Amino acid sequence: MTDLIQSHNEGAATQSGGANVSRRNKSNFRKVLFDYSGLIPFFIFSVIFIGLPTLSVVYLAFIGNSGEVTLANIRVALQAEYLTSLTGSLKLGFFSALTGAITGLAISYAVAISGKKKIQRVVSTASGVFANTGGVPLAFFFIAAVGNYGLVTVNLQKIGIDIYSGSFTLFGFSGLILVYLYFQIPLMVIVTYPAIEGIRNEWREAAINLGATKSMYWKYIGIPLLVPAVSGAFLLLFANAFAAYATANVLTSGTLPLLPVQIGSLVNGNVIADQSNVGMAMGLEMIIVVAIAMTGYTVLDRKTSKWRKSS
Amino acid sequence: MNTSSKRGSLVELSNLVRRFGDVTALDGLNLTLQPGELVALLGPSGCGKTTALRLLAGLDLADEGQVIVDGQDLTNVPANKRDMGMVFQAYSLFPNLTAVENVAFGLKVRGVDETKRNKKAQELLELVGLSKQANRYSHQMSGGQQQRVALARALAIEPKVLLLDEPLSALDAKVRTQLRDEIRRVQLEVGTTTLFVTHDQEEAMAMADRVGVMSNGKLEQIDAPDKIYANPSTAFVATFVGAMNRIPAILNSGKVSVLGQSITHGGGSNASSLVALVRPESIEVKISNTNDAKSGVVLARSFLGPQTRLTIKTHESNTHIHVDLPSSEALDLISGTNVSLKITAATVLTDADGKN
Amino acid sequence: MTKIKSGSTVTPKPGFGLNSVMIFGALFFTIPIISAFIFSVQVGDGSYSVFAYMRMLQDPGLASSLWLSTRLALMTVAIVLLLMVPTVTWLHIRAQRAKRVVEFITLLPLIIPPVVTALGILNSMPGFLLNTPYLLGFVYGVLTMPYTYRSLDTGLNAIDVRTLVDAARGLGASWRQVLSGIIAPNIKSAIFGAVFLAVALVLGEFVVASLLLWDTLPSWMAIVGQADAEGAVAVSVLSLLFVWILLMVLSLLDRRRKVRVNVGGMA
Repeated sequence: MTDLIQSHNEGAATQSGGANVSRRNKSNFRKVLFDYSGLIPFFIFSVIFIGLPTLSVVYLAFIGNSGEVTLANIRVALQAEYLTSLTGSLKLGFFSALTGAITGLAISYAVAISGKKKIQRVVSTASGVFANTGGVPLAFFFIAAVGNYGLVTVNLQKIGIDIYSGSFTLFGFSGLILVYLYFQIPLMVIVTYPAIEGIRNEWREAAINLGATKSMYWKYIGIPLLVPAVSGAFLLLFANAFAAYATANVLTSGTLPLLPVQIGSLVNGNVIADQSNVGMAMGLEMIIVVAIAMTGYTVLDRKTSKWRKSS
Repeated sequence: MNTSSKRGSLVELSNLVRRFGDVTALDGLNLTLQPGELVALLGPSGCGKTTALRLLAGLDLADEGQVIVDGQDLTNVPANKRDMGMVFQAYSLFPNLTAVENVAFGLKVRGVDETKRNKKAQELLELVGLSKQANRYSHQMSGGQQQRVALARALAIEPKVLLLDEPLSALDAKVRTQLRDEIRRVQLEVGTTTLFVTHDQEEAMAMADRVGVMSNGKLEQIDAPDKIYANPSTAFVATFVGAMNRIPAILNSGKVSVLGQSITHGGGSNASSLVALVRPESIEVKISNTNDAKSGVVLARSFLGPQTRLTIKTHESNTHIHVDLPSSEALDLISGTNVSLKITAATVLTDADGKN
Repeated sequence: MTKIKSGSTVTPKPGFGLNSVMIFGALFFTIPIISAFIFSVQVGDGSYSVFAYMRMLQDPGLASSLWLSTRLALMTVAIVLLLMVPTVTWLHIRAQRAKRVVEFITLLPLIIPPVVTALGILNSMPGFLLNTPYLLGFVYGVLTMPYTYRSLDTGLNAIDVRTLVDAARGLGASWRQVLSGIIAPNIKSAIFGAVFLAVALVLGEFVVASLLLWDTLPSWMAIVGQADAEGAVAVSVLSLLFVWILLMVLSLLDRRRKVRVNVGGMA
């Protein structure tokens, strides 16, 4: 029981007088040490399996072919085909986030105002499942649907519509945008639904009662309230699409310039680069982009919960 | 602030009916609010009081009936064109706007320019005593403060009618009493016709010029508070407002036989099994040693300050009744004392036994 | 209490536009799955057969990759139960001050793309670890951290651990009794949630497995799919079915336990 009593006396001055201050500090320090000791396994695990790999990439990004410290890797990573991959991934991230955000927001809003508990529960569970359905199986579902011999492709051809006649192809940029929607939309719904649901009817009624029109309500109240949540979600979707590997790999496997896929090819030795650590520099690029997006998301998410906590 | 030029509006609710499926929330309500009057609609949840308020505000549409303000038929006028200010039960301040921005909102959507509307908003915050909170957000304010801002916001547009939807129900008891005096003070100063909805009879009685008691979509009685209390017209009103004893009684050709006395029947049920409704302060208590229909035994006493409430068990029917009397007269009426009971009311209402 | 009815001229109601949005959503999510199922049982001449499934099920690659993925999933579950649960519990009871730090660490796998982690692992891990697929187990422990931590954290937040622990310890319970008798039963559903998320993630993880050249289920599927699209689609359908069954089993187990604890009172 002594440890229990000790923790309750935390910080309590048991004796006054300078002579005992140092003793108190020492026991406080020992107590703090003990408190953290339970987390040691976790910290060790994290250092080995998160810290080491990440730091190795960051470190090697600045190491040249002969082991010297250099910016050469980074310079190469920002040129030619490597730059194309970076911009390709940024483009994919942006448009996937845009399409996912718009559709996801519409679905979120529709579900929120439907008021039907059943629909809300189904959507909630489904979002959880589909947000995690990604990678390899997803690619094959879409191959089965809109691939060259996919069911949708074939059946539309029967009524005279050829989805491949235009610039669409499942195995390129447009295809990825389409496939990514499958997990971007649920993610958008998961993130924005609470914010939409949190908008109280009283606010709308109060605005109308005070003389506002519907569009005034949206302009002054509704949209300002949702902007942080929606922009935060956009950044989250962007990071998600930017870093995605599996689906892109299965569907495009190198035919589309994408950063993660290119790093993969360098690792597999499919492509030999002049600078042996260009891959590391590209890895560093990815970390930076995703970190910026995720920080933005966290900041905006915190802004949203500020007003939601009050009501 | 220029208040003298603002006359209140005349409000007439005429035969309002509102149904939800097979539930009739409002069954032909007729109510007139005189200019500058504060009328409280009082009743249990589901009685239709909030429905009536929302129909007046335009936040809901009546199935039948009319809403007329200053002679104008507003029944089909949308809510945002009715020029009324509403204070909701809670959480109605716009969370992304500061207090002063909230108050100025109604003026903003009316196109009033920034300096003018901010000035007005500040004046109103001053009126409700919150000028120091002007730049705070709702999540930084207490419930009572939020409601005061909501009141200022509703008044900023100089509405024809002020609507209050149980504005105090979500607040602590102490804040509630403080705020209800505030609201009444402000309302009297500004002179706006006001409809106040609540389920708390003490609130309604303390604040209103007239109290309308509602039940099941109907207005049972509307009168000044003292008349509602002293002369309830139905058993429902009598039991809903103030404390009421329910004592077994027998009805016999216009006279109610209760506690061994015969009292004029004031109205109410004539079912086979009856109770008489008697106020705690309408029973006289004296120490005695009789054991008949007119007496009982003191079970408990609660000292409430100026008054003491005694719980007495009647000998006649073993009913527990409450009697209120000045504390100075209750000093030796301790638990176990045998007492005689005399009803001092001139008339009593009856109700069917078995309710509550 | 009687339900209060109210109507509103102001609250938005779903109209044509929003209803069609929901219909579109429903279609968008079901069509690929339905297509996959039909695709996998179609034969060129218009008839149906489960030949693709038979072919896949008989492929030794399926069995071995599935077995590997299963072992890795179990290993990850072990990490969740033996590392994450005690850590998060300790965090709530003893080390609240470290919460922010730990939370940040658990979010790192979301900030560092798995591709980069795979790259880093190849750089920094010693040979003996790189030669065993069980290295993936540790990596998966890391990749699942954001989700498992959040699930456990939410679960512990909901039950006010400190008060329970203080009460139990005050009554004389040992730490083991506290953990197994008080804490564990009350966070069972959080643990189930964490385990489910971990398993789902591990069974679907592709990047690290393929870059480290291990044939887990998804890696194997991708390779097979290059030559045999139909077969790969069939396996994809099976894996989705498996995840759904897993979800259902876990939610059933979870509900049964909850009922037991409630009926019996305090665990």
